[in-house]
Amino acid sequence: MEGKNLRRVQRSLIAGVAAAGLMLTGCSVTGGGGGGEAGDGTGEINALFMKQAGYSEDDYAQIIADFEEENGGDITVNPTFVSYEALHDKIVTSAPAGTYDVVLIDVIWPAEFASKGIVADLGDKFPGASKDELLSGVIPTAEYQDKFYGVPNGPSTKLFFYNEDMISEVGATAEDLDTWDGVLATAKEIKEAGISEYPIAWSWAQAEALICDYAQLLGAFDGEFTNDDGELVINNEQGVAALEWMKQTIDDGLTNPASTTFLEDDVSKALAQGETAFGLNWDSTMRDLQDPEISTIADAAGVLATPKGPNGARPGVNGAMAYSITATSVNQDAAWQFIDYMTSEETQEKYVQSSQPSWKASYEKPEVIDVNPEVFAVSEEAYADSILRPAVPNYSTVSQIIQVELQNALLGKKTPQEALDDAVEAANAELED
Amino acid sequence: MAVSTASAPRRKRRDSERRLAFWLLLPAVLAVFGVILYPLARTLLISLFEVKSAVAVDTPFVGLGNYVEALSASGFWGALGRTLYFTLVSTSIELVFGLGIAFLLNAKIRGRWLLRALVVLPWAVPTIVNAAMWKGIYNAQYGALNGVLSHLGLIDSYQAWLSDPMTALNLVIIADAWKTTPLVAIFLLAGLTAIPSELTEAAKVDRAGAFQRFFSITLPLLLPSIALVLVLRTVEAVKVFDIIYAMTRGGPANGTQTISYYTYVTAFSEQNYGLGSAISFIVLLIILVLTTVYLRMLRRSEMSTL
Repeated sequence: MEGKNLRRVQRSLIAGVAAAGLMLTGCSVTGGGGGGEAGDGTGEINALFMKQAGYSEDDYAQIIADFEEENGGDITVNPTFVSYEALHDKIVTSAPAGTYDVVLIDVIWPAEFASKGIVADLGDKFPGASKDELLSGVIPTAEYQDKFYGVPNGPSTKLFFYNEDMISEVGATAEDLDTWDGVLATAKEIKEAGISEYPIAWSWAQAEALICDYAQLLGAFDGEFTNDDGELVINNEQGVAALEWMKQTIDDGLTNPASTTFLEDDVSKALAQGETAFGLNWDSTMRDLQDPEISTIADAAGVLATPKGPNGARPGVNGAMAYSITATSVNQDAAWQFIDYMTSEETQEKYVQSSQPSWKASYEKPEVIDVNPEVFAVSEEAYADSILRPAVPNYSTVSQIIQVELQNALLGKKTPQEALDDAVEAANAELED
Repeated sequence: MAVSTASAPRRKRRDSERRLAFWLLLPAVLAVFGVILYPLARTLLISLFEVKSAVAVDTPFVGLGNYVEALSASGFWGALGRTLYFTLVSTSIELVFGLGIAFLLNAKIRGRWLLRALVVLPWAVPTIVNAAMWKGIYNAQYGALNGVLSHLGLIDSYQAWLSDPMTALNLVIIADAWKTTPLVAIFLLAGLTAIPSELTEAAKVDRAGAFQRFFSITLPLLLPSIALVLVLRTVEAVKVFDIIYAMTRGGPANGTQTISYYTYVTAFSEQNYGLGSAISFIVLLIILVLTTVYLRMLRRSEMSTL
């Protein structure tokens, strides 16, 4: 009898656990839908940042220490850092648990994150009263369908970095680097003089970095990603010309062939080690190139706005990022206070070596400009015109399609026209969904 | 039942033993449920719905729609093909080298214990560290491979090894095989040491040559170990993810994108959890079929040797 009872207990226990599990799965397939809370504006918040371009880990550590001191310890901040390549997936996978209160998002993600309920609408908090004091170009960084989902951490684009010693050795000056034609001519001389085997390095790995470089060249060739109907059109004349140009620089031996495995950091390192003369990279690269501990060209690093294309166009890719509050955060008021502090005029001006400020007034202050004169000197030109990547909820899918096809052309598996035809066909099928 | 014929005190003791066993096993049951069965059931469930966000509320039921979509995507078949190539090549390399190393380690030489300990080292290296190390070796600027080959005069200029899709896949396979061959070797060594030396000695007396001894005695007796290793390594190779993520992130031009990486990208980068779950279930079925076949083989070879 007892044996039977025990078996019954066992069976019902196991069934109970299984039923509980099924009930859990039954109420919502994702288990999601739990809303965030404002909280009482104090306590601990978790923030997710990236370690790559922009503010460094040391910068954030200092900002957090200052913030905690200013609010008297009412709010403490735990930062987590991941590489840019891991940032999107980390935000997505941590969303159901509400692990992070503050997340740094890229300009290409607001449509996805907003439409999928991952980041919170900032309501009347941003842009708020300071609208007129901000650069008009940065305000829409995290805008989607007329709502704001993040506060921009400043304008950001890819600038053109060069090695002053290498160009002066072949008798060239910065003026020769005003156009891509000039860059190629100088690169050829540098290669022929045996100064650098491959004078140009790019971030052409299968990653978003490739899209950013392509965007800037697409702009230089007067192209755009999408037409007025939102369809991808990069298989048109301009789009193909930009890609053919990229491939030609590989074939001519001017582009480092390892570029198809490089991310931005690799380009920065190749420049810093004096292996290469030229590279497109984010504005914070100057900080690293001028740091004698990691750079052999600390005194020879130069920076310019991105070179002009055949008809004089030189748009920079809009690479701004923004601080968002997650929709599942239960301490949203405290999160906002931290974001408000980080993006204030005063804080941003302290870290202009890492990132350009969002505030118009900062660009008029000599004491601010003096900290990073090279980049400030080119910023007006660099931000005058910009090229946008498509702002669609499934951007990640579209971007991956384009990345693979660009690489197919760069690696000689397809002609540029074929590759872009295939990219446009596959991407537009996704965009129609 | 046997219980009913036993005397009362014995039955009581056996019942209390059973109760103890049940309570001792309960934590394990809960753990297995929590980390295996529940996620498995959830994945199966999600694979039947359209789930386009990690915090989605609106998730329409699509039946087998995700499975149809997965099987009709060219990306799926491309990734599956690369995975099969990865599995076949890496498992073969590991088996051949593993067998060789196992024989060496089985030889009666001085300092054998030291060699055995050294051989395990690559396996003890975490995959992520191994990936970083090999990424460094293959590096186009300062990689050791370029250094060695150009010093030997085999290449004129430094090569960007990981920039060609097929080369990159092969080089990732080598990196993976370097790490896992020791495991295979240790398994096979265990099998080798279990073979009674009398058999080979008797064969020697009968004037059987080394090759004959290997193919007629050692190999058949080693088959159970080989089959076991095959099952383990095939399943692991089909699941390969971390070394790809750390070394190439699926590039260049998707050349190293295996099925697990494809699943990851679909689910987390593209936030298509329904489709991602469906793909992982298809992979699960493939592994299940492979394992069944292997285990059948294993059982047959055991019967033939015992």
